[in-house]
Amino acid sequence: MRFSEAWLREWVNPPVNTQQLADQLSMAGLEVDAVEPAAPAFSGVKIGLVQQIAPHPDAAKLRICSVDLGEETPLQIICGAANVAEGMRVPVATVGAVLPNDFKIKKAKLRGIESFGMICSATELGLAETSNGILPLPANAPIGADFRGWLALDDHCIEVDLTPDRGDCLSIAGLAREVAVINRVALTAPAMTSVTPISADQITVQLAAPAACPRYACRVIRNINSSASSPMWLQERLRRSGLRSISPVVDVTNYVLLELGQPLHGFDLAKLNGGIEVRLAREGETLALLNGETVTLRADTLVIADAQQAVALAGIMGGAETAVSAETRDILLESAFFTPLAISGQARSYGLHTDSSHRFERGVDWQLQIRALERATQLLMDIVGGDAGSVVEMIAVEHLPQPPVLHLREARIAQILGLTLPSATIVDVLERLGMTVECCADGWRVTPPSARFDLVHEVDLIADIGRIHGYDNIPVSHASTAAVTIAAPETEFELDRARLALVNRGFHEVITYSFISPEMQTLIEPTAQSLRLTNPISAELSVMRSSLWAGLLQTARYNQTRQIERVRIFESGLRFRHDAAGDLQQPLGLAGLVIGSVLPEQWGESARSVDFYDLKADVEAILALTGAAEQFRFVAGEHSALHSGQTARIERNGQVVGLMGMLHPAVAAELDLNGDAFVFELDVAPLALGVLPRYAPISRFPSIRRDLAIVVDEAVEHDAVIKCVRTAATDLLREVLVFDVYTGQNIDSGRKSLALGLILQSCSQTLTEDFIEVAVRQIRERLAAELGARLRD
Amino acid sequence: MVESMTSSIQTERNLAALCTAALHAIHTASDLVVLDQVRVQYLGKNGELTALLKQLGTLSAAERPTAGQAINQAKVALQTAIDARKTVLEQAALTARLAAERIDITLPGRGHTSGSLHPVTRALRRIERLLGNAGFAVVEGPEVEDSYHNFTALNIPEHHPARAMHDTFYFDAERLLRTHTSPVQIRVMANQTPPLKIIAPGRVYRCDSDLTHTPMFHQVEGLLVDAQVSFADLKGVLYDFLRNFFERELQLRFRPSYFPFTEPSAEVDIQCVMCGGSGCRVCKHTGWLEVLGCGMVYPEVFKHVGIDAERYSGYAFGMGVERLAMLRYGIDDIRLNFDNDLRYLRQFA
Repeated sequence: MRFSEAWLREWVNPPVNTQQLADQLSMAGLEVDAVEPAAPAFSGVKIGLVQQIAPHPDAAKLRICSVDLGEETPLQIICGAANVAEGMRVPVATVGAVLPNDFKIKKAKLRGIESFGMICSATELGLAETSNGILPLPANAPIGADFRGWLALDDHCIEVDLTPDRGDCLSIAGLAREVAVINRVALTAPAMTSVTPISADQITVQLAAPAACPRYACRVIRNINSSASSPMWLQERLRRSGLRSISPVVDVTNYVLLELGQPLHGFDLAKLNGGIEVRLAREGETLALLNGETVTLRADTLVIADAQQAVALAGIMGGAETAVSAETRDILLESAFFTPLAISGQARSYGLHTDSSHRFERGVDWQLQIRALERATQLLMDIVGGDAGSVVEMIAVEHLPQPPVLHLREARIAQILGLTLPSATIVDVLERLGMTVECCADGWRVTPPSARFDLVHEVDLIADIGRIHGYDNIPVSHASTAAVTIAAPETEFELDRARLALVNRGFHEVITYSFISPEMQTLIEPTAQSLRLTNPISAELSVMRSSLWAGLLQTARYNQTRQIERVRIFESGLRFRHDAAGDLQQPLGLAGLVIGSVLPEQWGESARSVDFYDLKADVEAILALTGAAEQFRFVAGEHSALHSGQTARIERNGQVVGLMGMLHPAVAAELDLNGDAFVFELDVAPLALGVLPRYAPISRFPSIRRDLAIVVDEAVEHDAVIKCVRTAATDLLREVLVFDVYTGQNIDSGRKSLALGLILQSCSQTLTEDFIEVAVRQIRERLAAELGARLRD
Repeated sequence: MVESMTSSIQTERNLAALCTAALHAIHTASDLVVLDQVRVQYLGKNGELTALLKQLGTLSAAERPTAGQAINQAKVALQTAIDARKTVLEQAALTARLAAERIDITLPGRGHTSGSLHPVTRALRRIERLLGNAGFAVVEGPEVEDSYHNFTALNIPEHHPARAMHDTFYFDAERLLRTHTSPVQIRVMANQTPPLKIIAPGRVYRCDSDLTHTPMFHQVEGLLVDAQVSFADLKGVLYDFLRNFFERELQLRFRPSYFPFTEPSAEVDIQCVMCGGSGCRVCKHTGWLEVLGCGMVYPEVFKHVGIDAERYSGYAFGMGVERLAMLRYGIDDIRLNFDNDLRYLRQFA
């Protein structure tokens, strides 16, 4: 809400300056977003009377005005505005005046005729974005007076960003009450009188939906002067509150809305057919609104209807047909209470948001209607005259809000705030906030004012006491909660350790959006059932990722297009997949991508592009963190986004826990990636059950090594060889490793040579040649028998 | 006798000449190989001094001890000289080797260079560590949430203005992307019994994207529920946390605010870490930066999760991780965090 400081100070005028006032509001929970001058700086502008106008002899569009500024002789000013007229009072920038943007007014000659100043438009004075001609001033504007002073433009517009619970502060009256409480000063609200009805003119009102509208007041005002316009002071207050002046009826309803917080509505009485009925809309009923749109109503929407049709969206916006126009003679002024529940969500559901719906959704004081109606009548009659009819008020008492009586316990205040306040202070704060306070055994019984929809629980009162006392005045302490040790299963997979392991291996962590483009999703997992947002920011961010590869690939491309060819990145996060039953699962994953050379370019090492085994070592390093590396196997697998000959399924005891491989060349081409990319993705959950280290004694006896060079078919996998060796070996075999793989010269085509290192050791003796010979022979024979291995010479 | 006399004198004479020659050879030996040749030449099995020793038998019994002693003394002297020369030569050889093996130690190291943690992770780990030390356990929750956990249970009923303010991404009427990490506190309170002391870090989503907003960002929610927890305690934990996070004696400001799931509620401002509170572009010349929202758990929320609000009270707080990371590391554009430009990421090793 935006308001004029001067207007507020008319209601309450504490001895604090503008900045202090703004700080006070912020620290009371009414956050001030901006404090701006009501008008830009200018000087030397006076109110003048245009006495005579003569045409300029040499310029068709210019006229020579004689302007009375209350001095001995009138000033001669050349004016180009079409709307300048004799007898008009206008703002005049005299010679020496400085207008906004440091525009200095000097004596000038226009087409040979001297001009001693400038007649100003609202735009030239910084009072409007656009204006049509010069700014005409009312007939009571004092000639010769300083324009700035006359309009009290040395004011500030203060913008408060109110939280949804403080609907009661969406008015000058509400803000003034808070300022009065904070500063312990009295409210000086302007006098408001009730208008004595001239006629008994009435209209019937029927509350057909009393739960949604338990109070509806209105009055007929006939014979208004439709040619009148709103007074300057009123227009100015509206402008400083961010509203445009439209017509006296609309301006007055807006003024009262700002002043008291009660949304009002004026109907053109002549356009209404019969009495008012406040009812729920008929499903499918249409209503043309003031903003030019026509809405089709739902049956849960409250409307104001006449005998024939809906004429307004209750509490949101009036209808076009019954709108007040320049021809309107008689009006019906509405001041109603619609319950927050009846209005909330409604405006939004029709794509609307108005000052009225904003207030009703948050709660309008349900005892305010008559006061607001009287205030509006009074203001309106001052401007447009007319004959006010008597007020019609229909109330469904049983549906009016029941003011809660809250039990406030003194001990509870101390317990929640951590602060003990004297009882007198507590009562004083509550009473100044407009609450009715009654003593009881352990505290008080408190009835909040009818404007405070946010006070529902005891703790709401406690919060208000804390707020007025000042949160900064609440002490700082440290809760002595039970000393509970947090369970920390040691075998749990620590994602953080994995992250650090990857960082130490040269990977950079990235964080990419969880939503990706449908194209990317299709490229990676064309068959997965995707989860789509109904209201994405853009199509590029509309599908939840089922794999972390999407973001990694995009990041690789992003960096390669920025001349970074070598990319080593990883990400962890949730993926969104449907299980076999169609239920959404959100498993945590860890994925990585490498592309470019193995090592950063450096001296002493020849550059080599990464391959499958480089990344496999990184994956193995992560798997090793479980302490159960031997439980994992890499099995030849397939995936549509990966190279069919370089894809591994990573299994743990038969369960698939991840996938790695080379990006399919077609996918890489689609993404314009330069070089072969290798990716992995692991499910974190199945890594979780690690193995606690268990110490095994270290043998005191020396180990011995025997190397074997064997030749096997190329199709024989490393894992099969190792498995065969282990099966054949006695328990003397400590370790077996492959230290060379060779194909080519001296090896038959279709065969490969493997160099195996066997490390043998006993824990009870130094091994003798006999033992070793037997052990190695067993292995050799098994390899020959099972895998057709031939010993290489 | 004459013969033997002559022989004895001859031996002594020979010994002296031999020693002189040997010492000369030792002192001029240019390397260890030459030195060893000298040793063999004089002291070896067939060496010249050894030969003299063998001639002792030809001397008379009276002459023999004197001559033997003289030869032995010569032998010791030569050996000592050889050892000394050897030490010198070894030392010279080592020095020469060291000189030959000198390298340019300013050349860079070879192999992998380290990668980096994302700045958001870096800030998150710091938050988790500081609050973890204070006894808060890390709990995580789903990102695709239902409206009950994200809103209803947090006292944000349907159509409540606060719900509209969340700019929620929806999948259907029920499912949405969590707009905050607060639903995790609901899950924890519903499944565990007080005392509770948790933080819930994670990704959250808002349908908002401009210069200062990204549709995804990170939050950390904190929750403590126990008997006798007060707003003063909440202030205590946040004062400690923020001062330790920024490693400065910051001023804090608790501004009353509104969250449907806490009461009293506050927004916490810190003295601007960029200008120290004198006013700058980052704090929009106010001297203050809003970094946190917090409050005491609202009774309606306790009701939803079956905790007795009379017996227990609690506080909750929530912070934006990007905001804290940006202030901490001087990052001026939130979108950098999701561009993942390696030139950006490398700066957070």
